[in-house]
Amino acid sequence: MITSLGPYAGFILLSYGAATLAALGLTIWVVLDHRRLKQTLAALEARGLTRRSARAAARIAPETPMDAKLETQA
Amino acid sequence: MLLADLANPTRFLALAGRLIPWLAGLTVVLFAGGLALVVRSPADYLQGETVRIMYIHVPAAWLSMLTYAVMAVSALGTLVWRHPLADVAARAAAPIGATFTALALVTGSLWGRPMWGTYWEWDARLTSVLVLFIMYLGLIALWRTIEDPTRGARAAAILILVGSVNLPIIKFSVDWWNTLHQPASVFRIDGPTIDPTMLLPLAAMALAFTVLFVTLHLAAMRNEILRRRIRALGLTAAGAVR
Repeated sequence: MITSLGPYAGFILLSYGAATLAALGLTIWVVLDHRRLKQTLAALEARGLTRRSARAAARIAPETPMDAKLETQA
Repeated sequence: MLLADLANPTRFLALAGRLIPWLAGLTVVLFAGGLALVVRSPADYLQGETVRIMYIHVPAAWLSMLTYAVMAVSALGTLVWRHPLADVAARAAAPIGATFTALALVTGSLWGRPMWGTYWEWDARLTSVLVLFIMYLGLIALWRTIEDPTRGARAAAILILVGSVNLPIIKFSVDWWNTLHQPASVFRIDGPTIDPTMLLPLAAMALAFTVLFVTLHLAAMRNEILRRRIRALGLTAAGAVR
């Protein structure tokens, strides 16, 4: 159990401070980057720009068995 | 499941979205447990309380190498299997690896000053880790320089594989040359030489750091996929304008 960090306490505290800074820095970078990218992607999609696979999925969607059944019933 | 299924970025994004919150929670719990063990661990008979720097320095140094090993496997994935997420994985890992390597160098210096009487010595272990750090920075610069992701991926993959020669040099530098840095005391053929009262907190902190890496890597990969989607949409928009 720690009672005192001894004569080199400054070196120990600086090490743990650097580790905290590294872990928090990376976490904040990843979170902020994700938020910025999601906003940019949402803005592009709001302008009507969608990926080719998303457009293909949208075209295929009405042809699924359930949709076909609903269309028949209608 | 796994590699073949994860080749689909949309499926990967869904899986990452489910895993990241759980992994983040696990990271916090593991760090809390690890630090509790560090506080309760004894001081070293020779180094005194300064030995506590080991619980940060050693996991950071392990992860600096593990991250590069992940990048080397990803580079093979890019060049040999042409896996769609291989370059994404390598690119997302590089800033994390660079940070852990910088942390290993800084904490090593802070440990070295009271123990060796110097912050830095150009011995084989310290120099090879500094080379690893420069490799990370070089790769990040290379990815940023080449606009086309396919060309950038191939060039980076080749450089990563060439640079992976440095990994065994780092590991065995303390055996091959006379170094100020101590030889291995955990991963040895005849077993660890470190006392169990210190080995347990060290293992706990190493596990916490590893789960932190996995969490950050998944999150950074998710960001990289989104970045590529934005780039592709931007190119589509530019094509439509033309």
